[in-house]
Amino acid sequence: MSTTQIPEPTRELSAQEQRQLDLYRQVVRIRRFEERAYRLFMEGLVKGTSHLSLGMEAIAAGFGEAMRADDYTFCTYRGHAHTLARGTPMEGVMGELLGRASGVCGGKGGSMHLTSVEHGAMGSYAIIGAHLPIANGAAWSAQVRGSGQVAVCFFGDGTTNIGAFHEALNLAKVWNLPVVFVCENNLYMEYTAIGDVTAVEHPAADRASAYGLESIIVDGNDPDAVYEVAATAIERARSGGGPSLIEAKTYRHGGHSRADPGTYRPDDEVARWLARDPVVTYRQRLLDGGVQPALLEEIEDRAQADVDAATEVARAAPPPQLQAAYTNVWADGGSSWRK
Amino acid sequence: MAEVITYRDAVARGLAQELRRDPTVHFIGEDVAAAGGVFKATKGLLEEFGPERVRDTPISEEAILGAAMGAAMTGLRPVAEIMFSDFLATCWDLVAVEIPKTRYMTDGQISLPLVIRTANGGGLRFGAQHSQAVENWAMSIPGLKVVAPSNPRDVIGLLAAAIRDPDPVVFFEQKSLYPTKGEVPDGEIVEELGVASTLRSGRDLTIVALASMVPRAVAAAEELDTLGISAEVIDLRTLVPLDVTTVVESVKRTSRLITVEENPRLCGWGAEIVSIVGEECFWHLDGPLTRVTTPHIPLPSADALEDEFLPSVSRIVEAAQKVLL
Ligand SMILES: Cc1ncc(C[n+]2csc(CCOP(=O)(O)OP(=O)(O)O)c2C)c(N)n1
Ligand SMILES: [Mg+2]
Repeated sequence: MSTTQIPEPTRELSAQEQRQLDLYRQVVRIRRFEERAYRLFMEGLVKGTSHLSLGMEAIAAGFGEAMRADDYTFCTYRGHAHTLARGTPMEGVMGELLGRASGVCGGKGGSMHLTSVEHGAMGSYAIIGAHLPIANGAAWSAQVRGSGQVAVCFFGDGTTNIGAFHEALNLAKVWNLPVVFVCENNLYMEYTAIGDVTAVEHPAADRASAYGLESIIVDGNDPDAVYEVAATAIERARSGGGPSLIEAKTYRHGGHSRADPGTYRPDDEVARWLARDPVVTYRQRLLDGGVQPALLEEIEDRAQADVDAATEVARAAPPPQLQAAYTNVWADGGSSWRK
Repeated sequence: MAEVITYRDAVARGLAQELRRDPTVHFIGEDVAAAGGVFKATKGLLEEFGPERVRDTPISEEAILGAAMGAAMTGLRPVAEIMFSDFLATCWDLVAVEIPKTRYMTDGQISLPLVIRTANGGGLRFGAQHSQAVENWAMSIPGLKVVAPSNPRDVIGLLAAAIRDPDPVVFFEQKSLYPTKGEVPDGEIVEELGVASTLRSGRDLTIVALASMVPRAVAAAEELDTLGISAEVIDLRTLVPLDVTTVVESVKRTSRLITVEENPRLCGWGAEIVSIVGEECFWHLDGPLTRVTTPHIPLPSADALEDEFLPSVSRIVEAAQKVLL
């Protein structure tokens, strides 16, 4: 969680208001970070590729808020948001995007493989479906160790058509694992609409019954709704009630990756979803609920300042040393294959 | 004291030794618990260790290896069985793309102390989809250790070493060896990964073999003896780490090398040995570096064909005679 100082409120905030401010802080931080990541990509400073969560921030924020510090997050290449939502410092994430030694993976992971084990961010996986079975493994280990930890696994709508999704859900149910699967349904795979290639209307929720699970759909652009559904599923998992599969409906504001303008999407569809921008609508909800604008402005200024500072730190950091390429293949720290 | 046991029973004994020693060791796979494995190599483990530590899975190879990987990164030491090594292809993403790269990509944040056990190779007339020798697949991937024992003692000792190793290990059990017997000492057995064993010393040539090819190489060396040719036989035991030192020192003395591989010709592990020896022993060589392999064909099922095309004792003897011409 962010340690942002907020101005002295004129009255005591309720627990719910406090949580809502935390959620707002999180969506704003992710929004500002992703905007910067996009700009740095266009400037050629973020190399290779980058998959943003612009428009999808509420899912990472809602789950991040509901998770315990020692719970496990497994996410995809579209993972900046989830890695940040666990409290991973921005400098390390930005450093990784820029290929610097200061990155969370020392520059050896990149945008698609952000990991910060000390924050419970157990890796970003770039092969569709791969991490669902892996999240099961972490949940199995938590079950065996009796640690009460829960694994939360995020993936896209396109991922519901690969075998690993089905293998993982079945095993999770059979072994009653403390795992929560979260489908971020942004309606598109890379460039193809999920509806064009899927046998059912709700790609995750409609499959739930095949694995003995409840069908759960949530508005993925509503931080409060996501938080509620997350808290319920995580509590169920933690108390031995087994896995859940949640489908969060959302939309990406930009393209799939890199500089993709997303022109394959109809204008009216884009306009409809932009009107449901999770940051803008949530801000309005908080204002309508009586939160003082100054509190929100402070959160926004602070997020921008953090992003600026992280950018400066990352830009000033050196690239990894060449020798680093030969480290950490093996647990002895090296890469030797011969004796 | 020592006893004679089968390669098959050595698997269960090795697993039991480690399950008993370390409560974080867990064993999962298809038909491994109640049924004791399709090759009956894991009989009795469920009875001794219970269903939490010895667990049957659905037929979901990705789910099996995913479970092992996620558990390994969070405090367990899982052993996962993939029934036939051919089936590694159905979970190749886990084997080749997830498991070996995670420590590296996270710059050491994640450790994966796990073992993938699998029945490898031909000789049982199962046809081309249940008979492949694929140890060379695993060898080609940075981040995987690769082990293939040739006898019961090594099954126990190398399996123990693999389970205790902090890195992911693919452990190839040659299924034609399951009924073969060997002597094993009492008590705990632990070997070291990356140490080849010289089974027979010789002066005229070095024969390097692995797993099921080891007994054939030894038989060939005995036959060569009667022809006045003195062959040294090295059982490689592990492909990664590769005991280059033992091989290179041997070839420097004998000046000739034959590798005997069960995998098909192209890009088999013997090609790697030959290339290393070519580079590091060139000025010591007195004969062509020679590979005996299965031809570059899918393995046929009929016994008459399978017996002909897997490297045989007589093919090894012929190759040796040619090298010494
Ligand atoms: C196994 C596999 N197939 C294809 C790809 C290429 N690919 C990368 S992202 C992507 C789309 C995934 O869509 P979805 O699951 O909806 O996630 P989103 O990007 O929308 O978050 C594809 C096809 C891949 N990485 N892995
Ligand atoms: Mg999608």
